[in-house]
Amino acid sequence: MLAFSALPLARLSGLDIAVIAIYFAMVLWIGFYLKGRSNTSEEFFMAGREMTAWIAGLSFVSANLGSLELMGWAGSAYQYGILATHWYWIGAIPAMLFLGLVMMPFYYVSKTHSVPGYLKLRFGEPARILAAVSFATEMILMSGVNMFAMAVVMKIVLGWSLTFSIVVSAVAVTLYVALGGLRSAIFNEVLQFVLIWGGALVVPILGMVQAGGIGGLKARIITNMHSDTYFHLWRDTGHFSANPMGVHWTAIVFGLGFVISFGYWTTDFLVVQRVLAAHNLRAARMAPIIASVFKMAVPFIVILPGLLGLVLLANPDGTRMQLVGQDVVSSCDVSTSPGCSAALAKTKLPDDYKERVESGKPGTELHSYSDVLPLMLVRYCGPGLLGLGVTALIAGFMSGMAGNVSAFSTVWTYDIYKPLINKKGSDSHYVMVGRTAIVIGVAISIGAGYLVQHMHGIMDYVQALFSFFIAPLLGAILMGMFWKRATAPAGFLGLLLGIISSVSMFVWVKFDAAALSIVALSPDATDMSANLYRALWAFLITVVVIFVVSLATKPKPLAELDGLVYGATILPKEDPVPFYKNEYVWAVAVVIIFATLNILFW
Amino acid sequence: MHGSGIPIWFFIGVLLTAYGVMIFSYGIYELATGSYPPLVQLTNLHAPIWWGAVLGLLGLFYVIKFRPGRAR
Repeated sequence: MLAFSALPLARLSGLDIAVIAIYFAMVLWIGFYLKGRSNTSEEFFMAGREMTAWIAGLSFVSANLGSLELMGWAGSAYQYGILATHWYWIGAIPAMLFLGLVMMPFYYVSKTHSVPGYLKLRFGEPARILAAVSFATEMILMSGVNMFAMAVVMKIVLGWSLTFSIVVSAVAVTLYVALGGLRSAIFNEVLQFVLIWGGALVVPILGMVQAGGIGGLKARIITNMHSDTYFHLWRDTGHFSANPMGVHWTAIVFGLGFVISFGYWTTDFLVVQRVLAAHNLRAARMAPIIASVFKMAVPFIVILPGLLGLVLLANPDGTRMQLVGQDVVSSCDVSTSPGCSAALAKTKLPDDYKERVESGKPGTELHSYSDVLPLMLVRYCGPGLLGLGVTALIAGFMSGMAGNVSAFSTVWTYDIYKPLINKKGSDSHYVMVGRTAIVIGVAISIGAGYLVQHMHGIMDYVQALFSFFIAPLLGAILMGMFWKRATAPAGFLGLLLGIISSVSMFVWVKFDAAALSIVALSPDATDMSANLYRALWAFLITVVVIFVVSLATKPKPLAELDGLVYGATILPKEDPVPFYKNEYVWAVAVVIIFATLNILFW
Repeated sequence: MHGSGIPIWFFIGVLLTAYGVMIFSYGIYELATGSYPPLVQLTNLHAPIWWGAVLGLLGLFYVIKFRPGRAR
């Protein structure tokens, strides 16, 4: 569990509080304003399917841009250098383009309300229920864990009480999503996206000025870290032990770049729901492509501040501040605790600094890697700008949570309540069920959040839950969408066995550390690397099971696959548009930029 | 967004304008009084002034372009 520093990192002025208060007033205004436009189920759950490509695209990328992600990846950049950028580039861009150009037509033409809904159309009710229950559980737990973690961040950065942060943010999100449905969630996500950039961009700009530009930053990192590996995306990934992340390029390309990334960006309903709300097929295809451009730019406000923190952050006495792992901060929360010395021994902190930490001298607080973004914010932002930066963090959290609860509400109503509990409800009844699901979902999330407080390590399991499900789901969706012969029993069995195998591998490694060299191909592999390989095996198991079982079972007639499967669907013809509105032109531009960036930082 | 109603860009414009005015004004106050937060670095670059101005101008652009009732 995260520990709390004795003193908050920042103190807010009246101006900062006004900035935060105005943000809350605005999101509630949007929620109340949109209430009158969320009366039917199509309006409430699908935002009336009338979003433009820009709104759907920004919402698509914003739903993923939570503050924990911002702070976590900035911390990873501090630890591992620009290797962390893989999660924004190869871990997102190819999948987003694939969703827009190849998969979106099938999701859109089938008029499904959700990803489990697509599975129902393709593989039948059992596959839908399995996917829906897994997804709904994951959403609620993720929402709760994120809520608690965000409250901890507010405690560390601002000294706010956990309950205050949880209650205020939960009430605001519940109000604006329950009132305005998906439309309100999407509107607020676009607003939050702009705020995240407005609040965070000033940090790398000022940091680069102080570091002396990219040349100065590089020179300082080489001087401080005695290595230039922090500036290479691929060069040092030929062996697990050659890079600080302990990851091999095969894990990055196949585990992250294919299975995890395609699984998340093309089958996770949290993000796909945003694109399904687009007003036509072309907008639905353009949205992920627009989103990919902004996703490629996110490292500028996340990775760059992490690298800048590595060379610019200083202790009160002027020496270079060195951040440490959260486990060290927790062990030394009370500096005299017996575990503190052992934890400090594992760090590269100077010996005299370790002694001062152990003796509890003032000005020697320890900060974890994930504190790097708030520390940089405090370094450059005075009243007003600091409030804007904190608002960006709050906005990031709220957009993630709103995404969780709006997706949960849709899947609960359409894929669990409607088929299993009440098939014959009126349209207004299902809207009421959706609104209630949001309120109850947030309440359960709060409970889950407090559970985290008392169950050490549960956050790791919740993160693992995400990885258990996403890779098998990708296998099932890809086989269903691109292989006409795939049958309903095969889809269900493949999904089920994929999930079971992923869980089994996780448990196996937990109880037998030697299993790591089998699951992740090397005893040197880190947990992160093990996650990537586990996802890859689970995906392959799902695909093989679907393939084998399909050959032994009777396929659906071709006519029943119209609108669902590549090769059995005639896609609607789109009107010609000027080249600058053509999705393929933009996709090619994104590919060129993506390739250039990877070569530039090879 | 399609259809009638206030576009999201208008809401964004209002928020950015408000923030721009607040932060820019504080920057001017800092400059006029010479009182800068002691722990903040690079105060000589007057970030609140130029960043506040950028936010405010961007916000005004959106407010004017996407104001309710304007034909688009």
